Formats: sequence, C-alpha cells, structure tokens
Amino acid sequence: MVTATGGRESKTGRMKLRIRGVTFSYGSIPALNDVSIEVEASEVLGIVGPNGAGKSTLLRCINRILKPQRGAVLLDGADVSGMSMLEVARRMGYVPQNSPMVFPTTVFDVVLMGRRPHLSWRCSADDVKKVLEVLKALRIEDLAMRDFTELSGGQQQKVLIARALAQEPEVLLLDEPTSNLDVRHQLEVMELLRTLADEKKLVVVMAIHDLNLAARFADKIVMLNAGRIFAAGKPADVLTPENISRVYGVDAVVSEVSGKPFILPLKPV
Amino acid sequence: MGGGVEVAAESRVLELYERFVGKRLLFIAGTLLLIVVLVGVAVTLGSANITVGQAYAAVVEATLEKLEAAVNAMMLGRLELHFAPDFDVPSKYEKIVCDIRLPRVFMALVVGAALALAGTVMQAILRNPLASPFTIGISSAASFGAALAIILGVSLTRSTIWIVAGNAFVFAVLDALLIYGISRMKGATPETMILAGVAFMYLWSGMTSFLQYVGEAHAVQEALIWMFGDLTRATWLKLGVTSLIAAACIPYLVLKAWDLNVLMLGDETAKSLGVDAGRVRLTSMLFASLLTAGAVCFVGTIGFVGLVAPHIVRMIIGGDHRFLLPASALFGAALLLACDTAARTVLAPVILPVGILTSFMGVPLFLYLILRRRREYW
Repeated sequence: MVTATGGRESKTGRMKLRIRGVTFSYGSIPALNDVSIEVEASEVLGIVGPNGAGKSTLLRCINRILKPQRGAVLLDGADVSGMSMLEVARRMGYVPQNSPMVFPTTVFDVVLMGRRPHLSWRCSADDVKKVLEVLKALRIEDLAMRDFTELSGGQQQKVLIARALAQEPEVLLLDEPTSNLDVRHQLEVMELLRTLADEKKLVVVMAIHDLNLAARFADKIVMLNAGRIFAAGKPADVLTPENISRVYGVDAVVSEVSGKPFILPLKPV
Repeated sequence: MGGGVEVAAESRVLELYERFVGKRLLFIAGTLLLIVVLVGVAVTLGSANITVGQAYAAVVEATLEKLEAAVNAMMLGRLELHFAPDFDVPSKYEKIVCDIRLPRVFMALVVGAALALAGTVMQAILRNPLASPFTIGISSAASFGAALAIILGVSLTRSTIWIVAGNAFVFAVLDALLIYGISRMKGATPETMILAGVAFMYLWSGMTSFLQYVGEAHAVQEALIWMFGDLTRATWLKLGVTSLIAAACIPYLVLKAWDLNVLMLGDETAKSLGVDAGRVRLTSMLFASLLTAGAVCFVGTIGFVGLVAPHIVRMIIGGDHRFLLPASALFGAALLLACDTAARTVLAPVILPVGILTSFMGVPLFLYLILRRRREYW
C-alpha cells in the first residue's frame, strides 16, 4: 500500500481527506485497486496517469457518485459512505469533465444551482449573496447575465468552478479542469485553484493530463497506472523520467524551472 | 476587502439579476392577462349568431343562477334569495355559450397548460430540445387505446366515449410504465428512455395500423377522427377529470424545479449536488406522462404545443424551472386557446380540429426556431 503523504507536515486540526484502500470495478472490469491517499486542507493534489488509469473513477469514488467495493473515503474522520447525497454535496464540490448544457441559461442561474444542497424551494437573499461573492472572487461578474452556452471554454470552466464553490465545499474535486483551454486560461484556472486552496483552506483534488501544470501547481502528485498507485509524493519525486517512461511509455527529459520539475516528452518508447 | 469599485460591481450584478427576476414575473403576469383577454374573446366567437353582449350576459346569468341555487340549497329553505338577474338571453344561446363554448375554452387552457408543462419537464429530464410530451410514445399509445375501443365494436357515442377515453388513458399510462421499467433495468439515461420511447412509438403505431387494416370502414374513420385532436368533445365533466389529473401531477413537478435545473448540467453534476439524477428522471417522467395522458385521453393528440411552448418561454425568461414551469404552463394554455379560437373561426361555420391548426402554426414556428437559434441549441 503506497500512501501519499509527501508535501507539507501534517498538522493536527486541519481538515483531512483520507482515501483508504479504495477498490472499484465496473462490473468485471477493474478500475481501481487498493488506492490510499491522504490530503489536507490548503493542499492541491494532482492525480496523473495515462488514459484509463482510473483518475476519473477515483474522483467519483471520493464524492460517492460511485460506491467503492472495498475501502473507505473519510472526510475529517467521517465515512463518506455513511453520509446522504445531500450531506456529501454540502461538503464536496465537483466539476466533471463535461457539463452537457443544452438549453440557454444565464451564468447567474448556473452558479445558483450550486446552492441546491443548501436551499429550500425559494432561494433566499443569502443564496443570491453567495452567488455574488463567488462571481466576484472569480472575477466573472461581467458574465453574470450572459448565456452560459455562448461562453468560451475557458469562461465556461470558470463558471463551473464558481458553481462548485457556491456549494461552499471543504473539498473541491475537478476532472481535467484545463482540458480544451488555451494556455492563458489554463494558467488562470490553475492559479485560481491554488488561491482557493491557500486562502479558503480547501482541499483541492484534480485529475490532470498536463504534467507540467501538475508539477507547478500541485503540492502532491499521485501517479496512477492501471488502477493502482504507481508513485506518490512531491512533484519532483513522482515526475521522474523513469516513472514517466514506465507509466506512459514515453521518453522524457525532466529539467528544473524555477524550482519545479519541467517535463519535455520526447518520443514514445 | 473589496474597494468601492468592486462593491459597485457586485450591487450592479444584483440589480441585473433582480431585474431579470422582475422580467420573469412580468412575463407570467402578462401571460395571465393575455389568457383573461383570450377567454373574453373566445366566449364571444363561434358559428352561432350570438352577439358579444348576449354571450357575456349568458355567462353572468348562468353563473349567478348557479350561485343562487347553491346558496339557497345551503339555507335549506329557511330563506329564499333571488339575486340572479334575467337578461332575456334566449335559453338556446345560453346553452351554447355555457355548455359548449365555456367548457371548450377551459379545456383548451387545461390541456394547453398540461402539455406545455409536460413538454418542459421532458426536455429537461431528457436534456433534449426535441423532446415533447409525446417523445416516449404516449400519444401513439393513447391513439392505439382509443382505436382499439372504437374498432373493436365500441363507437363514439355519448355513452361509450368514456370507454374510449379510459382506454386511451390506460394505454398511455401503460406506455409510460413500460418505459419506466426498461429504464430502471438498463439505467435511467436520456438515451435509454428516448430509444425505448421511439421503439414503443413504432409498436403502437404498427398495431394501430393493423387495427385500421382489419377494421370496418366507418370505425376506422371514427378512430382517425379521434386522433386529430379536437376540443369539440369538451364537456364540464371531462374538463373536471382532466383538471383533477393535472392537479394531482403539477405540484410534484413544480416542487422538483431545482432538481430539473440541476439535471441540465448533466447527471454527474446533479449527483454531486445531492440529486439522485436517475430517480428524479424516472419519477418526473411518470408524472409528466400521467399529465399528458390525462390531457389527451378526451381530446386526442394535440401536437406542437408541448414542444414549442417551452422553447419560446425559455428564450424569453431563461432556464430556471422555478419560473419556467409556471410560465410555460400559462403560455401553453394561451397558445392552445388562441389556436382553438382560430380553428373555430377561420373557416366558420366549419370548425377545424385544433390538432390540425397547431401543426400548421407550430411547424413554421419550429422551423424558425431551428434556423434562427441553431447555434445556441445544438
């Protein structure tokens, strides 16, 4: 059992998300095998690994969309499987890879949906205020009355993160938050996540393909391969040429740029 | 903390949102007003040569007479009140206005509202702009049920119309239950429900065709007329039954407004927001289907209201179902009443089945929507 406890020293009193020996299979196809991870408030955890390694499955097991066959997910010591969907929704926000919005809806209304776990049928002035705060924090007030379906990919991603933040979660889970974004939007989104972890003391767990972004913005990296943790720890310890070669089958040069590993993939092995 | 500029931006957004909410409420109020006007106009129109004054006089007289009778009945003969005026409207006219036009007008409202509401719900749960109350085969099932009753020896006479309507209702509900069962087994995704619905639609149509092939000519003719969707058959009693079914279904759907909102962002997001996407989809589908079955079982299948009304309203007031559901229902009611009033007058004294007219008015509107709003919808 490999446990990711690299990064900072764990201090008592900080909110902790523990994943213990989680095993999951879709029918007879195994997806996750005995995965254990620990991550604390203010930390950003990057989950990397090739397609089909189990990154998305792991995120879905964390917030109970999928129920692991074995193992447990503990949020501050409490087993998530014992919580109701609503309880989980009040504590964990989730931005899936795609949100198939078909009908025109204003950005404000999309973000307001994040209040669903907290509100009754009528939404209170407080709910509206929370939406305003989140829009302001993400600097997307100008989009408030725009149609969500007409926004660019980068803007949509920010709105979806805003929607998750409106839940007032302790844990923020994101599935490929930077896919389909241009370089500038990638950086903006990653910086935003970093700020949220640092200032709002959120646990941020993201599945991410871009190793360089992961190296720069994550405190810890978990490298998954075929449903198992292949390596875990600080970015510099995990993102080595050997690991990349064995997990991705790619020859890569890893150098150091401003104290972070910089990965340049060369060719498939 | 935020400086003056940022605070200003925040309050500006709040102001915009509140104005948006105001616009939605205004739309709802405006549609209500439109309905009142439409009812006022529709009562005075018709093939019988009744003046506007006579029509209103008949309505007032009949209403007050009923009220008078009710009050007197409650007094148990201790006191006899006479407050109903006598406007000297010929009793034939009074009968036409009160027993033919009024139930028809209100039936148009209830059926229009039911279909538009069911359409809004179906589009939301199937996450598909092409969805309508009939997407999962409800109308074909109802048509088959009606055709079965008519062609197997029952005819559209006064005493048997209830058997036809009952049969249509039963088959419509059966269709919904079959889709429900299949979706529960195979996972309640929009794809499963749409595909199963289309499959059943073909099955019901095929069986109806078979009945038409083997049936006697006059019965086949009657079954065909049933399918046209016609409010001529409206009576107070049928109106009562349809309204009762609607009243039983609507509260659940309106209560689920938030869940319908959240479903639009996809099942994954919905679940992460504490909404059991599959269950909400299934139960909402059942209630919407029941609502539809109650609406079509007496008047036949009336197309396009349930498809077009939600789209038009969504364009004007946005996708928040707390406002969209009531607004769609009201708009659908107004739309169907307008269509039916047109159906009664354009070729007067010939009264067209409203189902034909909604298609005539619905197709161009729908094409317009596709051409103009394409980018936003697909």
